[in-house]
Amino acid sequence: MSELVASTGTTTPPEETPRFSRPAPRRLRWIEPTALSAVLFHELTIFRRYWASTTFSSVVEPTIYLLAFGFGFGALVSYIGEYRYVEFLGTGIVATAVLFTSAFTGMFQTFVRRVFQKTYDALLAAPIDTHELVTGEALWIGLKAGVYGCAPMLVAMGFGLDPSPGMLLVPLIGFITGFGFGLFGIWTSTLVPGIDAFNYIISALLTPLFLVAGTFFPIDNLPGWAQTASQFNPLFHCVELVRHAVFGLQPLDDLWHLTALLIFVSAMWLLAIRGMRRKLVT
Amino acid sequence: MTAGITPSGSSADAPAISIQGVVKRFGDLTAVNGLNLDVPAGICLGLLGPNGAGKSTTMRMLTAQSIPDAGQITILGFRVPEQSKQSRALMGVVPQQDNLDAELTARQNLEIFTWLYRVPRRQRRAAVQRALEIAQLTDRADTKVDDLSGGMRRRLLIARGLVHQPRLVLLDEPTVGLDPQVRQELWALIDTLRSEGVTVLMSTHYIEEAERLADDVAVMSRGRVIARGTPSGLIAQYAGAQAAEYYGPPERLVEVERVAQRAGLSTRRTGPSVSVLRAEQMPDSLRDELGEGVRRPANLEDVFVALTGESVE
Repeated sequence: MSELVASTGTTTPPEETPRFSRPAPRRLRWIEPTALSAVLFHELTIFRRYWASTTFSSVVEPTIYLLAFGFGFGALVSYIGEYRYVEFLGTGIVATAVLFTSAFTGMFQTFVRRVFQKTYDALLAAPIDTHELVTGEALWIGLKAGVYGCAPMLVAMGFGLDPSPGMLLVPLIGFITGFGFGLFGIWTSTLVPGIDAFNYIISALLTPLFLVAGTFFPIDNLPGWAQTASQFNPLFHCVELVRHAVFGLQPLDDLWHLTALLIFVSAMWLLAIRGMRRKLVT
Repeated sequence: MTAGITPSGSSADAPAISIQGVVKRFGDLTAVNGLNLDVPAGICLGLLGPNGAGKSTTMRMLTAQSIPDAGQITILGFRVPEQSKQSRALMGVVPQQDNLDAELTARQNLEIFTWLYRVPRRQRRAAVQRALEIAQLTDRADTKVDDLSGGMRRRLLIARGLVHQPRLVLLDEPTVGLDPQVRQELWALIDTLRSEGVTVLMSTHYIEEAERLADDVAVMSRGRVIARGTPSGLIAQYAGAQAAEYYGPPERLVEVERVAQRAGLSTRRTGPSVSVLRAEQMPDSLRDELGEGVRRPANLEDVFVALTGESVE
């Protein structure tokens, strides 16, 4: 290697000039692992700058929720169904944490990188394609959601949520949901004309999604149509899976919830790739 | 190093870049209109043209970030866009617009691109070190890009495209908007590449840049190449050996233009003066009428204006 460095700036003939570049393999896979790892490395490098603030807010926020709702509602409601309120809330806000970290990152970060920083123009000039870029960024968002989604649960344990082995499934549920909502965010970032237009999506779509998912109150008391509608709410399926993982799986129900989440993920994957390709490849 | 891959239809003499009959439309606008351009391996080709001539669109088509409506592109033997990922792995791209990660350090920006360009794990550190040396940023390796000067950022942007030691480099307006001192530095850097046998395709609208760096120049206008040759060849062909510049009040300039054009010589406005091209062929009668003027060698700018016209749309 020292030779390579030493030869910089000299005029060696082309054949002898050492080269770092390795040609891409002749037969390419639809998604190249090397391309994905490059995107993840990019994210990891950036994450090293902001992990402290992210970690702070992901721990402090659920603490405030649990304190406020716990003292506020908890004084009025001690049980919801078979759950103590702290158990109901502590598992419910796992889903809101997953939603907020993933959808917001997908929307704002993708928009800023594409429109203002032109990061994607730089990346796509290298041997990586749009669908790999989208998949890699959403994977990272999903990983982060899986990890940080557990924060509210851990905080809730401090408030009296009993540990259980099923909790080990929660990061996986958070990952799948976060991957889907990350892709949702990436897709919507290709639809809005400007960054302020995200307000429409947040108010009209995300707010009802996270309120009517059985996070803070059960959906059983809602009118029939709202209960039907919640079956189309991916976050509802996430909440159910998290509760069942913590308090006891219900195989048949949970298979349906998982299937619904995977359908959501697949649809968002296709839409996000198509949307980004339209914007990035002219 | 390239043993083991067999690009379609490559041979030793094949051009590094071959563009045949390429058309690109954006709605009603035809940005590239039947472009033919070959870049032989090992040369620096300057793509010269006014804004809107289609240079940047051409650059984007070479990385498959823009897909042509018609025509064929081959890079290092790979068909583009179909096999573009293979060709992108082998070339370096320096964009016109600074798209460095401003929040990250110079070193981190380079590290990310060693991953993107599949530099083998054990060589990544050496590759980053070498790129830092190219950018003359070894001392500032751990400075955030935000805190680097404009010239340092541009050097880093170029070094980022060279981190994997590509044999082919695309430079899109490499010195646009920079101070003359910084421009000199970058020219030296690009000249080093050329001397190392790297094939360079450089778009520019700075004539001096093309004149100094390019072995070969292609002049683009309205989406196609309208002239191609060495800088000196193009000057001889389209602008002759000498130009005579005449200064004076506006009426005088109009008069010079009228008289010279009547005698069959072309003219162009050069700021406060009128340049009469091919002054070496000026008949004595005309010289008596206009005077000697200020003689200067013809340059690429004369060619450029002679070919693309005085007014820019």
